[in-house]
Amino acid sequence: MSFLIMVLEQGLIYGIMALGVYITYKILDFPDLTVDGCFPLGAAVTAALITKGMNPYLTLPISFLVGMIAGTLTGLIHVKAKVRDLLSGIIMMTALWSINLFIAGTSNVPLFSKDSIFKNSVMDQVFAGGLKRYRTLIIVAIIAIIAKVLLDLYLKTKSGFLLRAVGDNDTLVKSLAKDDGNVKILGLAIANGLVALSGCLFAQEERVFEISSGTGAIVIGIASVIIGTSLMKKFHFLGTTLAVLIGSIFYKACVAVATNWAPPWAVKGTTAVIFLIILIVAESGKAKVKKHAGA
Amino acid sequence: MLELRNIEKYYNPGTINEMCLFDKFNLSVKEGEFLTVVGSNGSGKTSMLNIICGTIPFEGGQIIINGKDISKSPEYKRNKIIGRVFQNPAMGTSPGMTILENMSLADNKGKFFGLSKGVNKERISYYKEELSTLGLGLEDKLETKVEHLSGGQRQAMALLMATMTPIDFLILDEHTAALDPKTADIIMHLTDKIVKEKNLTTIMVTHNLRYATDYGSRIIMMHEGKIVLDKAEDDKINQNIEDLLVKFNEISIECGN
Repeated sequence: MSFLIMVLEQGLIYGIMALGVYITYKILDFPDLTVDGCFPLGAAVTAALITKGMNPYLTLPISFLVGMIAGTLTGLIHVKAKVRDLLSGIIMMTALWSINLFIAGTSNVPLFSKDSIFKNSVMDQVFAGGLKRYRTLIIVAIIAIIAKVLLDLYLKTKSGFLLRAVGDNDTLVKSLAKDDGNVKILGLAIANGLVALSGCLFAQEERVFEISSGTGAIVIGIASVIIGTSLMKKFHFLGTTLAVLIGSIFYKACVAVATNWAPPWAVKGTTAVIFLIILIVAESGKAKVKKHAGA
Repeated sequence: MLELRNIEKYYNPGTINEMCLFDKFNLSVKEGEFLTVVGSNGSGKTSMLNIICGTIPFEGGQIIINGKDISKSPEYKRNKIIGRVFQNPAMGTSPGMTILENMSLADNKGKFFGLSKGVNKERISYYKEELSTLGLGLEDKLETKVEHLSGGQRQAMALLMATMTPIDFLILDEHTAALDPKTADIIMHLTDKIVKEKNLTTIMVTHNLRYATDYGSRIIMMHEGKIVLDKAEDDKINQNIEDLLVKFNEISIECGN
C-alpha cells in the first residue's frame, strides 16, 4: 500500500512537470531542455525561501513565476537571438545550474526541520489519525488537478487557441496579424512555470533540495507525455491533460517496479522493457480501432 | 492602392552565386483591381508576393500601401490588412484544431487574443452560414479536425478564413495549383465570388492561363524580374489564351528552351 501511495505521489508531482512538457513538446513542437534546469530551479527557490522562514504555500506561486521567467529567457534566446530551439534550451539549462547553486547557496539544502505545504501545524490537525498517511498524496493530487483544470481552461481561451495554432502552423498565426515569436515565448513561459512548480513540490515532498534533481527530467517528461497520449488512443474518453498525468504515474510505476524487484544492475534495463511493453500495448489498440473504421 | 517603387531584390547577395531578380521593379495596383499574374518559373511572381507580404527581405525600394510606406513593418503587422492564400492547402489552417476552432481564430484576426473564450457561441450560426456558401457540407462537421479534410476542402476553408475579416488586399499564391482540375474550378469560382462580393483588391499568381484570362480585370506577364505584358480592362477582355501562349513561347525561346 505504501508502495502505491509513493508511486501516486511521485507520479502526480512529476505529472505537473509533464503538463509543462506537453505544452512545449506536443503543442509547440519545441524540444525544450530548459526543463532539466528549471525543475531544480523551482526546488532551489523553494529551499531558499523556506529556509528564510517564508510561508511554504507562498513558494508555490513564486516558483511558478520564477519558472515563467526562465521559460521566457529560453524563448527570447530562441526567437530574438535566433538560436536553434534545442540549443536555446541547452544554454538555459547550463546557465540555470549556476543560478540554482547561487539561489540555494549549496548543492544540498536539507529541509527536514522546516514546515512544508504537507507538514505544518494546520495540516497536522486536518490530517489526523488514519488520514495521515494519505496527507501528501491528497495535497499533491489537489494541486495537480488544479493545474490540469486551469491548463484545460486556458487552452480553450483565445490566447490558448493561438498557442495551439502556433505549433501547428506558425504561418497561420502570422496571417492573423499576431507575432508568432511572442506566442512561442508565452508558451515556453507557461510550460516552465509548471515545471518549476513541480520542482517546488518535489523539494517539499523529499524535504531536501538537490542540485542534480533535475538531471533527466526532460526524459521523464517526454516519456510521460508519450505514454499518456498513447494510452489516450486506446481510451478515448481521457482528455489529453488527464492522460499526461496518468502517463506520468505509469512511468513512475515502471521505475518503482524495476527498482524494487530487479537486481541493481538491471533496474534501467527493466524500466526500458516495461516502458516498451506499455507503448506496444497502447499502439496495438490503435491498430484495432483503425480496422473497425475501415469495415 | 498598392505601389511597388524601384524594388531591388538580390538572391545570395555578396556571394559568387549572387543573382539579381528585381532591378528597379515598379508596379501599381489600383483599388478594386483584380490582377492576375502569369510567367515562367523563376520569373519573380512568388518573390513579388513575398516582398509585398514581408516574408522575404529586399535590398532597395519602397512598398506603399494607401500612401503609407510599409517597407519596414514586419510580416505579421502587414497581415492586418492583407489576406493570403498559399499554394499548399495546409498553410492556411491549423490542422490539429477543429473547423469551428479555425473559424473562431480567423474571426478574431487582428484583435486581441486574451483570456476570453476561444469560441464565441453566438457566432456559430454565422460560421455555419459562411461554411455553407462553400457547398462542401463543412457546416455539419464543425467538430472535425481540419487534418481530416481533403486538400480542396482545406483550401476552401483557407480562402474563407483569409477573407472573413475586413482586409484591403487579397494575395493568392497559385492557390489552385495543388488541387485536381475539378476542385480547382470550384475554388476559382468561389474566389471570384468572394472577391466580387467584398470588392477586394486582389493579386493572383497562377500557372493556369485559362484562369488568368477568364478572371480578373488586369493581367500581367512576368519574365526574369520584368513585366513583359500588361493589359487592363478592354484589352484584358480581348486577351485570349492563344495570344498569351505566343508571348509565353517568345520568352521561353529567349531562355533557350
